[in-house]
Amino acid sequence: MSFLALVQDTITKDNVMGTPHDGGNFVTELLAKIRPEWLPEWMFILTAVGIAVGFIVAMVSVIAMWSVWMERKVSGHIQCRYGPMYAGGWHGWAQTLADGVKLLLKEDMIPKGADRALFWLAPAIVLAGIFGALAAMPLSYDWYFARMDLGVFTILALGSTTTIGVVMAGWASNSKWSLYGAMREAAQVVAYEIPLGVSLLCPLMTLGTFSLLDASREQATLFGWDCGMGWAVFTNPFNMAAFVIFWIAALAETKRAPFDLPEAESELVAGFLTEYSGIRWSFFFMEEYAAMFLMSVVGAVFFFGGFETPLTALMRAADLEGGVLYNLVCFGTLVLKAFAGVFLMMWLRWTLPRVRIDQVMTMGYKYLTPLALLCVLLTAVWEYVRYLVVG
Amino acid sequence: MSELNRQRLFYTVLAFLAFGSAGKGLLEAGVEGLMFSIFASLTLGGAAVCIWERSVVRSAFALMATFLGVAGFFLILGSDFLAMAQVLIYVGGVLALLLFGVMLTKPDLNERSLPRIGAATALIGGGIAFLVSQMVGVGVKTWAMAETLEEPTTKAHDIGIAFLDPKQYVVAFELAAFLLTVALVAAVYIARRRTEDFTPEEGQV
Repeated sequence: MSFLALVQDTITKDNVMGTPHDGGNFVTELLAKIRPEWLPEWMFILTAVGIAVGFIVAMVSVIAMWSVWMERKVSGHIQCRYGPMYAGGWHGWAQTLADGVKLLLKEDMIPKGADRALFWLAPAIVLAGIFGALAAMPLSYDWYFARMDLGVFTILALGSTTTIGVVMAGWASNSKWSLYGAMREAAQVVAYEIPLGVSLLCPLMTLGTFSLLDASREQATLFGWDCGMGWAVFTNPFNMAAFVIFWIAALAETKRAPFDLPEAESELVAGFLTEYSGIRWSFFFMEEYAAMFLMSVVGAVFFFGGFETPLTALMRAADLEGGVLYNLVCFGTLVLKAFAGVFLMMWLRWTLPRVRIDQVMTMGYKYLTPLALLCVLLTAVWEYVRYLVVG
Repeated sequence: MSELNRQRLFYTVLAFLAFGSAGKGLLEAGVEGLMFSIFASLTLGGAAVCIWERSVVRSAFALMATFLGVAGFFLILGSDFLAMAQVLIYVGGVLALLLFGVMLTKPDLNERSLPRIGAATALIGGGIAFLVSQMVGVGVKTWAMAETLEEPTTKAHDIGIAFLDPKQYVVAFELAAFLLTVALVAAVYIARRRTEDFTPEEGQV
């Protein structure tokens, strides 16, 4: 059997609408068919894990490279200039590649008084956290690494471990700027994790699931009509308010401007990044862009329909469900929606000035948290009334 | 022995123990055994480093390994909800808050106290004794593992139903929620700065 036929066979098989945990991921399923007899179980599992990890690492690199180029172009056009135009030819598409080579060749310095072990460990912890969180993201209805019914919970939990890496980087650098950056990061993340989680409760209540796959499937029908437009923001008006809160909290969690206080290049040199250079420095940026993408994916899946658009509904009507084309369209839809979110983050970054640390704390504790709780209450009332009326 | 050499010795022994138990687990019970060994090494190694390190901040960072190891145990015991709650609450919340508290302390001031050395030695010695007994065949020889790691036994759905079912735990759930709300309001009340506490000499914010 050729490899292509294997792929075809795996992804056309009817595993839609199954219960959670009814199968492995697509990497394991593919490998299981070409597994030689003599290979012991543990070697097989480790190989599958290795391939999946390699895939995620490649995904993070591609997302980061594309996002860095996009950020330069977006910021350029917002400020009435072009951004990179020469590297690679067309609109400077190879600028990030050139930057990557430069960063690889740069000297990797460790300051004299730094805690060497923790200074080395910090970028690794930051990257490990975001890799783990990305593994919980499904690529389409039939392509996923792990089919978990706790998808968004896993993403939030593993994503929060990156905070510890950033704090570690700031403390281990033995620099006042870094330490201030790390303290701001810890305070900011603890403050904004509450509104982030609570505002996500609203679409979770509307959709009734933690799983990204099921949440997306839930939003296919609008008033019983399978048109792919039953997005959470359309079926419940309070989800729109919850999305605004979610988005502000997500900006703070990913330390993006106007909440880039841990970095704050105009006050703290570069915050927790001050003493980092070369490839280690770039690891933190890979994490930042991957986290932006991941937050946008969560927003897209739980507020804006995930894989669902009228196009996917049309394909379902044409009986193409479960095929390669259908999965590709789902994947493309999610990526487009996620990059729309990334674009929104960049737009906000280059539009709004940075807020002060006391304003950040006031906003998180005094305004966003009570508003998010109010949103949950109103969503609950709305859903109960809808349950009474529609059933 | 100088402090640096002592540190090197400590971490070398820890690494040997971790690798030894990982190999033993893999030989005894395959991938499940390997996972068990890794999580056990993370939990106990993190605890050993936490009580052994002189710098409070490094101790706090070592706690991260312990929390993650415990989350891993929940995972291989089939309770993914508990595992993720452990990571979200302890690593993302409690540890970040703890670090915020200790980050500004001056490192390497206190001598390592005797109880701390004793506890760390006991942990390390226990690990060595366990590994050696496994190698020479004294005591437990075969590791009995659970049949499967694939199916989580408790799903988030079941937990949610159990908490909100009037016949099950809804009273306990609501009482816990009430208690936490009271604690939160009380904390804000205690931390609140009263305006009459300020005198002009103290300076105003």
